[in-house]
Amino acid sequence: MSYDPAGTEQPTNDGVVFAARNVAKSFGAVHALKGVNFDIRAGQVTTLFGENGAGKSTLMKILSGVQAPTSGELILDGEPVQFNSTVEARNAGISIIHQELSLSPNTNVRDNIFMGREITGPMGVNFAEEERQTRDLMRELEEDIDPLTKVEDLRLGQQQIVEIARALSVNSRILIMDEPTSALSASEVDVLFKVIRDLKYRGVSIVYISHHLEEALTITDHAVVLRDGVVTAKAPRPEIDLEWIVRNMVGDNFDLGTPPDGYDFGTPSLELKGLTVPADSGSGDAVSKLDLSAKAGEIVCIYGLMGAGRTEMMECVAGRLKASAGEILLHGQDVSKLGIAERIAAGLVLVPEDRQRDGLVQTMTVGRNLSLASILNFSRGFLTNSRLEADIIDRSIKEVTVKTDGPGAAIGSLSGGNQQKVVIGKMLATGPSVMLLDEPLRGIDVGAKAEVFRILSDHAQKGMTVIYSTSEVGECLAIAHRIIVMRRGRIAAELPHDTSKEAIMAASGESVVA
Amino acid sequence: MSDTTNSAATKAGGKDGINLLRLILEGRAFFALIVIIITFSILSENYATVSNFLIMANHVAIFGLLAIGMLLVILNGGIDLSVGSVLGLTGVFAGYLMQGIELEALGVILYLPVWAVVVLTIALGAFVGLVNGVLIAYFNVPAFVATLGSLYMTRGAALLMTNGLTFNNLSGDPLHGNTGFDWLGFNRLGGVPIGVIVLAVVAILAAVLLARTAFGRWLYSSGGNERAAELAGVPVKFVKIVVYVLSGSCAAIAGLVLSSQLTSAGPTAGFTYELTAIAAVVVGGASLMGGRGTVLGTLLGAFVIGFLSDGLVIIGVSSYWQTVFTGAVIVLAVMINSIQYRGKKKT
Repeated sequence: MSYDPAGTEQPTNDGVVFAARNVAKSFGAVHALKGVNFDIRAGQVTTLFGENGAGKSTLMKILSGVQAPTSGELILDGEPVQFNSTVEARNAGISIIHQELSLSPNTNVRDNIFMGREITGPMGVNFAEEERQTRDLMRELEEDIDPLTKVEDLRLGQQQIVEIARALSVNSRILIMDEPTSALSASEVDVLFKVIRDLKYRGVSIVYISHHLEEALTITDHAVVLRDGVVTAKAPRPEIDLEWIVRNMVGDNFDLGTPPDGYDFGTPSLELKGLTVPADSGSGDAVSKLDLSAKAGEIVCIYGLMGAGRTEMMECVAGRLKASAGEILLHGQDVSKLGIAERIAAGLVLVPEDRQRDGLVQTMTVGRNLSLASILNFSRGFLTNSRLEADIIDRSIKEVTVKTDGPGAAIGSLSGGNQQKVVIGKMLATGPSVMLLDEPLRGIDVGAKAEVFRILSDHAQKGMTVIYSTSEVGECLAIAHRIIVMRRGRIAAELPHDTSKEAIMAASGESVVA
Repeated sequence: MSDTTNSAATKAGGKDGINLLRLILEGRAFFALIVIIITFSILSENYATVSNFLIMANHVAIFGLLAIGMLLVILNGGIDLSVGSVLGLTGVFAGYLMQGIELEALGVILYLPVWAVVVLTIALGAFVGLVNGVLIAYFNVPAFVATLGSLYMTRGAALLMTNGLTFNNLSGDPLHGNTGFDWLGFNRLGGVPIGVIVLAVVAILAAVLLARTAFGRWLYSSGGNERAAELAGVPVKFVKIVVYVLSGSCAAIAGLVLSSQLTSAGPTAGFTYELTAIAAVVVGGASLMGGRGTVLGTLLGAFVIGFLSDGLVIIGVSSYWQTVFTGAVIVLAVMINSIQYRGKKKT
């Protein structure tokens, strides 16, 4: 591998070390990847861009041996290869660093680096040798981390360096990094980027995934954009800019529609006054002194990056999290003392962010998931009435157009989009006047996205207030009457529906290249 | 990940194979019971007689009552290790009440009528369950630990109440107006032992509770995914407490039936019965992760275990072997469970 300390080598089409050819992956009826070609070049950073659900994670899992492709092949150094496990991929020189680090926090740096492949001698583990090698690795990375420090005592950025050191210690030539900066401070990002540049000069190829487009652009040599399981564009760094990425991520022609119009909003149905929610970590507030008012029939988008406090705000309004200060008024009545069930009965419902964890009961059928929030509506005395229940379920299936074999089908048999429609239908069945939706389009296909928007528009026109949280700018512009940008638990800006993508992103803290 | 591979492997098995396999899987407790009955009928002519079935059913009643309470807890994703001890304590408590309560201040001995003894005993079982439930729901003590603690405490309380001895005369005395306690254990209605009828009534009530009430739906949903259930407005903490209260009450009913059958109440009664109850629930096809299971399955599970061990006694197999067989059946059932639910798990 040629050593190029100046880093002047221009990206070329040569030097592909690892490639995916026509890789497809299906999970049941869901096609996560549809014939993807992906090249990794020696000593360069290839960044994979794409919205949530575009198939980025699936592609990474296939490249790193976590999953096998349904069809297509992987080519390493010109030879087709097949990985049945991450260990096989690692032995071939391919390592992945997941968003959630896979270190054991209660042991020290040395033991983490040699975890599972300890250097043994006649006296058991040769700790001295392991420690020496760890020091060498840290010196190479120019990081001052003592091998005997416990991982839990390290800052997150340093933990990431330990992960990288572990990958290097097995002679990885290809390093896949999934959202490595999402939890890092700005100075830690700088350190990480310096390490990445060093790795490039040593000939290590990097695959980089990030939602921070701006940040990713500063480090990447090649960009590949994935949308709905298909590579929509690829180009070397000099030919691209932020606008190019966004256009290819969201799609040129695809339009999710425009906000419903032609009717007047009613009186304010949900008002938040000085709402403050303590952070999960115990220090500081996730949401601080937030004021918000939404009228009947209005669709309000809450835009913000990860960690802006959107989820905390919504969970607090729905009743799962306790506010430390402030009022939640529903049609003028303070509901902040009520439990979740009472708030649902009063007409305030939440469609949670993570539908697998918070939205669906996987052990129950489609029908029973749909009727879950309105059980008391079809109970007479002590007993449930199956005819009334069947009516509610049939109405919901039609209303939110769930594609299913019938109410008795297993919830896991549905595609992501239909599962999401079940979660929305479940809450709509309670007849809400205010519906909160936290990232409802995450991981669902385009057709389902349009249908979710249609459902929300229909109900808004009938007077339901919709509070919609998202981290995708395109969604804001397609559905919102009003856009509220949140940043670090506060409202950073309030924008009209005819604002621009750039204005929204600028207010959220994402700077946009001119 | 291994889930994907396994379900894929199952699918590769071909359609016809799957349907037959599925049928046997779904109805495995039923088929196991048939196999047990046929096997022992061949081995012993005394096995398949009406009178023997009734005797065995009377034995099963005790485990069956415990298992139904346990099913409710397991559907919630919990576990109740205290039921055997609660059975012991409530039996002793009933015995203590039947002996008469000495009120020293008044210098009289109070004899309660049998119905009052029954009500108070069930209330005691419910109280232990309430303590379990509150510890688990509000103080976030893991169910395993909370009920392990009450397993020890209730057993200790039973030993303290009797000083380790057994209450022997539970028949009551016409003079005191408290006869009839042994009716539960000895009498028959239409030839069927009362214990079996009690089991049937409790089972029907539990089945209706699970299938036809809002509470049943709450229980299945909070056992399947507590977070999702909570956000859908299910009172998950209330559900959690109630299942432990019901489990404790079922254990108390089992305690009453057992001490009535024996006309004595010893503090060591019901020792390790919680394990048999769990085994019956698992053999009956419920998932220990919560959210899956039925009353019918659990009853079949109780009958499989009861009929198997009684059958072994009848053909003269050593009781040590019974333990081995029971253990093997449980492991087999859990193994089949994990195969069955792995295919359904969403990956």
